Amino acid sequence: MTLELPLAPTLRERPLTVLELTEGAKRVLEQAFPAAWVEGEISNFTKQSNGHWYFTLKDPFAEVRCAMFRSDNRRLPAEPENGLKVYARGRLSVYPARGAMQFIVRDLLATTEGGFYAIALARARQALEKDGLLDPARKRALPPFPGVIGMVTSPDGAAWRDVVAVIARRWPLVELMLIPARVQGEDAPRDLCRALGLANRFEGLDLLIVGRGGGSKEDLWAFNDEHVARAVAASRVPTISAVGHEIDVTLTDLVADLRAPTPSAAAEKAVPDRMEVLRYLASLEAGLGVSAGRRLDAAGTRVAHAQSRMAVAAQGRVRDAAQRLREAGLRMHAGCAAITEVRRAHLERLAASLDALSPLKVLERGYSVARDAAGRVLRRVGDFPPGLSFRLRVVDGEVGARAETGA
Amino acid sequence: MKATPDGTAPGSPPPSLQADLARLEAIVRALEANDLDLDAALALFEEGVGRLRNARERLATAELRLKQLREAAGGGDVDDLAG
Repeated sequence: MTLELPLAPTLRERPLTVLELTEGAKRVLEQAFPAAWVEGEISNFTKQSNGHWYFTLKDPFAEVRCAMFRSDNRRLPAEPENGLKVYARGRLSVYPARGAMQFIVRDLLATTEGGFYAIALARARQALEKDGLLDPARKRALPPFPGVIGMVTSPDGAAWRDVVAVIARRWPLVELMLIPARVQGEDAPRDLCRALGLANRFEGLDLLIVGRGGGSKEDLWAFNDEHVARAVAASRVPTISAVGHEIDVTLTDLVADLRAPTPSAAAEKAVPDRMEVLRYLASLEAGLGVSAGRRLDAAGTRVAHAQSRMAVAAQGRVRDAAQRLREAGLRMHAGCAAITEVRRAHLERLAASLDALSPLKVLERGYSVARDAAGRVLRRVGDFPPGLSFRLRVVDGEVGARAETGA
Repeated sequence: MKATPDGTAPGSPPPSLQADLARLEAIVRALEANDLDLDAALALFEEGVGRLRNARERLATAELRLKQLREAAGGGDVDDLAG
């Protein structure tokens, strides 16, 4: 007897392969849930060495396996921890190799205020605080007149342009050095750390500004990265952190020596204002002028006094001298005149005397002078022997004469 | 700052603006103290006027220099950047 075994079944349709089944399920599920937000709590979180995250999303009644691939999770600032309540956006799918339904998460938000950013910030902040890097006593004074200012930022960003413009206007006496770095995106933290390190290896830098212009919280996130904050805190050169707008405060702001609300404000804090220094110079000049002036005034007054006294004295003396000269001149003149006069008078007197004494005058009155042949004047009777021939000088000439009788 | 604090060391680069300012302040204080003889006061005044002129010239003629630091073997290299 042979055992009647059922014949090999002949199915009216070809059976599906497991792969076909799971692929079919996958297709159906993916079409039914192209994208959806799901709310739940994270558990069984694991991170693979390739960077993918796996976890379970659950609520009190159900759970679903989730995967979040590296390409998506690297945009998040922090890893979730078990128990975290989240909104997960993704699509439902099937992983055929395990036949498991899974939710492929593209976006993950913590339901708490600040989300993952707050979580990451809190963690980084705690770590920095533990190392004393947030201690306000660490903050150093900025150099009052920096010679070389470095700025770690994007070469294409508004921050660099703003800083250049402000410093060119306020204080173009510096050398402004760009240390280019990417300031947003997943490479930004590493790039910022590299640039900060490079800046600090450069000798001669007096001040370092690190920052970027405004953007979304996510755009600014690199400046909340713990490594970046540590690199800023480790800077040998005093730092100013200037990230985004007024309201944005980042970890680099907390560890830098000075926080500026914007890059333009950082530039204003980095350098003095040329106009203010010019005004200060003017006040110094005034002080210089006043004190030197006072000093000089006092001296000048004395000099002026001395000068005028000297002038008066000199004038007096000159006047005296002139007077004396004049007088001397006069006297001299007068003297000369007098002398001449005296002489003239004398001469006249002499002339008068001469005139008076002139024998011609006597002759004019009718007298005559008798002279012998030898010219001797015959004055007395005895000078006339009888018969003596003599000559008589009368007023207008001589005549010959002879004595006739004796006395 | 690379200049010496008072900027007066022989052979040093010309005194920085900071040095000029510090010296000017000292000169004004010395003149205000009024215990100098006239020659010394005049010499200080002359120096002050020179330093004022120097500082003003610096402020008036300064042009911002832009550089870029880039990675090089063993540190950084500096390139000039157009303003």
